[in-house]
Amino acid sequence: MSQYALNLLVVGASFALYIGIALWARAGSTSEFYAANRGVSPVMNGMATAADWMSAASFISMAGLIATVGYVNSSYLMGWTGGYVLLALLLAPYLRKFGKYTVPDFIGDRFYSSGARLVAVLCLIIISVTYVIGQMTGAGVAFSRFLEVDVTTGLLIGAAVVFVYAVLGGMKGITYTQVAQYIALIVAYTIPAIFISLQLTGNPVPPLGLFSEHTASGQPLLDRLDQVVTDLGFGAYTGMSGSTLNMVLFTLSLMIGTAGLPHVIIRFFTVPKVSDARLSAGWALVFIALLYLTAPAVGAMARLNLLSTIYPEGPQAAALLHEERPNWMRTWEATGLLSWEDKNGDGRIQLYNDRNAAFAETAAERGWNGNELTVNNDIIVLANPEIANLPGWVVALIAAGGLAAALSTAAGLLLAISSAISHDLIKRTINPGISEKGELLAARIAMALAIIVATWLGINPPGFAAQVVALAFGLAAATLFPALMMGIFSKRITSEGAIAGMLAGLVFTCLYIFTYLGWFFIPGTNWLENTPENHIFGIAPTAIGSVGALLNFAVAYGVSAVTKAPPADVQDMVESIRIPRGAQAAAPMH
Amino acid sequence: MSHPSSTSPARPITARPAQEYWSANLRIIGICLAIWALVSFGFGILLRPLLAGIAVGGTDLGFWFAQQGSIITFVALIFFYAWRMNRLDREFGVDEEQS
Repeated sequence: MSQYALNLLVVGASFALYIGIALWARAGSTSEFYAANRGVSPVMNGMATAADWMSAASFISMAGLIATVGYVNSSYLMGWTGGYVLLALLLAPYLRKFGKYTVPDFIGDRFYSSGARLVAVLCLIIISVTYVIGQMTGAGVAFSRFLEVDVTTGLLIGAAVVFVYAVLGGMKGITYTQVAQYIALIVAYTIPAIFISLQLTGNPVPPLGLFSEHTASGQPLLDRLDQVVTDLGFGAYTGMSGSTLNMVLFTLSLMIGTAGLPHVIIRFFTVPKVSDARLSAGWALVFIALLYLTAPAVGAMARLNLLSTIYPEGPQAAALLHEERPNWMRTWEATGLLSWEDKNGDGRIQLYNDRNAAFAETAAERGWNGNELTVNNDIIVLANPEIANLPGWVVALIAAGGLAAALSTAAGLLLAISSAISHDLIKRTINPGISEKGELLAARIAMALAIIVATWLGINPPGFAAQVVALAFGLAAATLFPALMMGIFSKRITSEGAIAGMLAGLVFTCLYIFTYLGWFFIPGTNWLENTPENHIFGIAPTAIGSVGALLNFAVAYGVSAVTKAPPADVQDMVESIRIPRGAQAAAPMH
Repeated sequence: MSHPSSTSPARPITARPAQEYWSANLRIIGICLAIWALVSFGFGILLRPLLAGIAVGGTDLGFWFAQQGSIITFVALIFFYAWRMNRLDREFGVDEEQS
């Protein structure tokens, strides 16, 4: 069977499974549509949360991001996992006890104000829409690479599948498809990783292999990698570069941002009890850690493997002849993810850091005339099975896994958006008298519209698609997380304080990002060039969310101190969400 | 160890134990978050130069914490918190057992 037919078969089978689950898990009430009737076990919810959370970026791009920079990009690893500690300790159990369906619902009730509710809806929509664009484009790219259809057709197929299970099943359908999608993506990710680890170190466990001996050289793997990359003028893989303050703030932004993402928070509304919400966050992190402990191993090993392929006798000897390059390089040259230009005309592939002035002399002595091989980060994961000479079905699995990662995250985001519209805007603001049936219909229509808008944005991505994820994390960190945390941990924060805090975080974070990336990301409208020398205190726009969060806390406390204390019933509500007992009985109060 | 209230689960929660329960929870959260910050921002970033002498498979302990140790600690912290809070809930008679 050809690789193409195999890819089609595996991806087709996974889609049939998702549709099957959708037909089995139809939602019959708003409680099922918004929160799967609060009947999801903590382990299942952990798995669904892991799929919800791990996006196309985690699956396809993260290992490559770590591979190119090494130690400094550990921020992604710590940031995207450390947020779950904040979620488990500071938000999830209390919001589950509160017993409603959406994030703006809590903010609106706790801050006794439809103004606060609407600001939260606004933040939620900005965060989730920017995030969903990345998922839709990710799904389109995965389709076009593996199934040889054009990006638009691929996107439409993906959107149609999500449409079926999200509109029919709501949270219930999404939960059980996410469980299946988690299994697809983790199997697809780990199998090639195990083989590359075995080849390089003889250790079948990639995270252990990372700290083992490199069999070919007899040196520890990371030692060998440090040596090879510095011999080619790159910074040491395990070395520090750039600003420490920026690394700390970037990590913190990713942590707070993760804990403040609405599509992740609402997953914890689906478990039966408060104690399950705490436990479920632990299981979610276990399932996430399986991928996040593997990714840095894949990154380091794939980079060493690539450099050993190009310099078979070591970086001091001559590079590989282009004629003799392995087959996988030929395959990926066709996709444009890998490209070679023989700048010095010797027919060999020189890969080195030509932007390092100190290395220029060495390069000139060796007759090199610039770096000749351009490698896209994503290839680290996508080409892994071929680099490791694995059978065709593993390649097909990567295709299904990449699509599972993109679609599961997209579905979670779409639910967060549609429930904010049907529940917070329609039921709680515009038409409180709407019937249960009417609200369920509104939720389905909102979901359908959200999918159509997301698909359109995926086909016509705004030019800033690459930057939007940074914005989503920065805004979640600067707006929703502080408001939720203060709402639970302080009885004194007033509606004026919360609204002022959220708006301050929102405006400050957007302004800082726009200063370097252009007004609404329109190229050429940035006020300052986005380089480390221009950043205030060396803080990059991607790291500013944590500063925005601090500002939000400070403004909210300041304004609350000079405004009238919240009414007694709101203070009683805060008392009640701090205590687990009564979670099952907590019926929606209106 | 058993709190006096655990013998009569139906007892209504008066203001004082609720306050004590919350303070105990805040203490546990404080300890967990101190460890959370120590392994990531501490060992993984700021204190890495101090740990440079401790070799771990081709690099140093700080690198290990940044890429693996912090994640493993995070998992352990959440399970510890879930277990400790279940115990605290029972001690104060605020757990969710159907009574």
